[in-house]
Amino acid sequence: MATLAAVLASTHHPFYLKATTAPPEQQMPQAAEWKRKVEAYRETLTRAEPDILVMVGADHFHQFFLDNYPTFLIGKAPRYDATFYNEEREFGLPKYVLEGHEELSGYMLQGLLDREFDFAFSNELKIDHSIICPIITVRPQADLPVVPIYANIFAPPLPSPKRFWKLGRAIREIIDAYPSDKRIAAIGTGHLSLELGGPRQFGEHGPDPEFDRQAIEWLANGDIEAILANVTHESLAKAGNATAGFMDMILMLGIAGPEKAAYVDNLDLFHTMEAYFTWYPEGAAA
Amino acid sequence: MSKYYVDKFLYTVDRDPELLRRYKEDPRALVTTWEQSIGPKLNDYERSTVHSLTDAEREALIRHDYVALFEMGAHFFLSLTIFIALYDEEYMAKHGPLSFQREFAAKLSHWAGKEYPSVAT
Repeated sequence: MATLAAVLASTHHPFYLKATTAPPEQQMPQAAEWKRKVEAYRETLTRAEPDILVMVGADHFHQFFLDNYPTFLIGKAPRYDATFYNEEREFGLPKYVLEGHEELSGYMLQGLLDREFDFAFSNELKIDHSIICPIITVRPQADLPVVPIYANIFAPPLPSPKRFWKLGRAIREIIDAYPSDKRIAAIGTGHLSLELGGPRQFGEHGPDPEFDRQAIEWLANGDIEAILANVTHESLAKAGNATAGFMDMILMLGIAGPEKAAYVDNLDLFHTMEAYFTWYPEGAAA
Repeated sequence: MSKYYVDKFLYTVDRDPELLRRYKEDPRALVTTWEQSIGPKLNDYERSTVHSLTDAEREALIRHDYVALFEMGAHFFLSLTIFIALYDEEYMAKHGPLSFQREFAAKLSHWAGKEYPSVAT
């Protein structure tokens, strides 16, 4: 059976690359600290020695639009192009081609259908910054095959927080059952409190620092009971109009299970709180 | 009202550098062209007859009026992204980093603490 070597859940910030590679005189004051924290976080993946990455994100109207927006979708393709023109333009993200893993994609899709998650699939998926941001932060060599999974945190109506948790649990069962000697890491990104295109955007901190503090504590403790008792679509909207991205963090906790994280870090930036979590389901890695 | 069609405008223009340039230089002409030949496209051959813009939606798009678009429930990500593409560079040169994003927020400050118009379509 495959080994789930690590589960990583973090915020994704499309300006990380730009912020940390600008000429030093143009860098924001926190750029060096941000880079140190990201590189320390990267080490939590490196030392798990993964062979395949299961990556959870959300399409931000790049390949998918409101004429046909999937609630849950898995990529099943030999390779994935990445980074759209408007992401290059706005964020300065480079293009990538990531190797796929059709066998695990197929096994995952069937396993999800068997567990009553009726996924859409794509044999020609161009992935966006929700998956490229974590490639840049935790696996910049971009050298491992990926299985991309998209969940809708973006175009309402959205699935419930509980459904994200259950989906994470199902993905965990499928990885644990996968007949392979490979080491698999699950990497997903979402958000803490976040506002885009609204009155609270681009402030000195995220739109709801109290939510951020609470959310970090919940995730660090693996406290799914508190999350499901407190988090609703309405409570997320109160914390910022794009805070629904927190549900991808709940999904990742579902993969990890209701356990304390082995690694927790955060960084208070303008506009948003960054947070980084790693679980080692097999016990302390390396 | 067609939130979907407003979003389709923002989506199709933002992802195409040539349309984006025309939307900046002559928004009225681009919106007219879009309604005639781009909006109705379902794919390269098929046309859809279902949606149209209201006068208020058309005017908001022509005026780059992101406050009106927010109030109509246009998707926040599309609206922010396209207006950053149109205005960020000139604001940056004149007033420094994030000045456009902060003006955008300030113009919506009357919504702080209230329930925002839904972006659901």
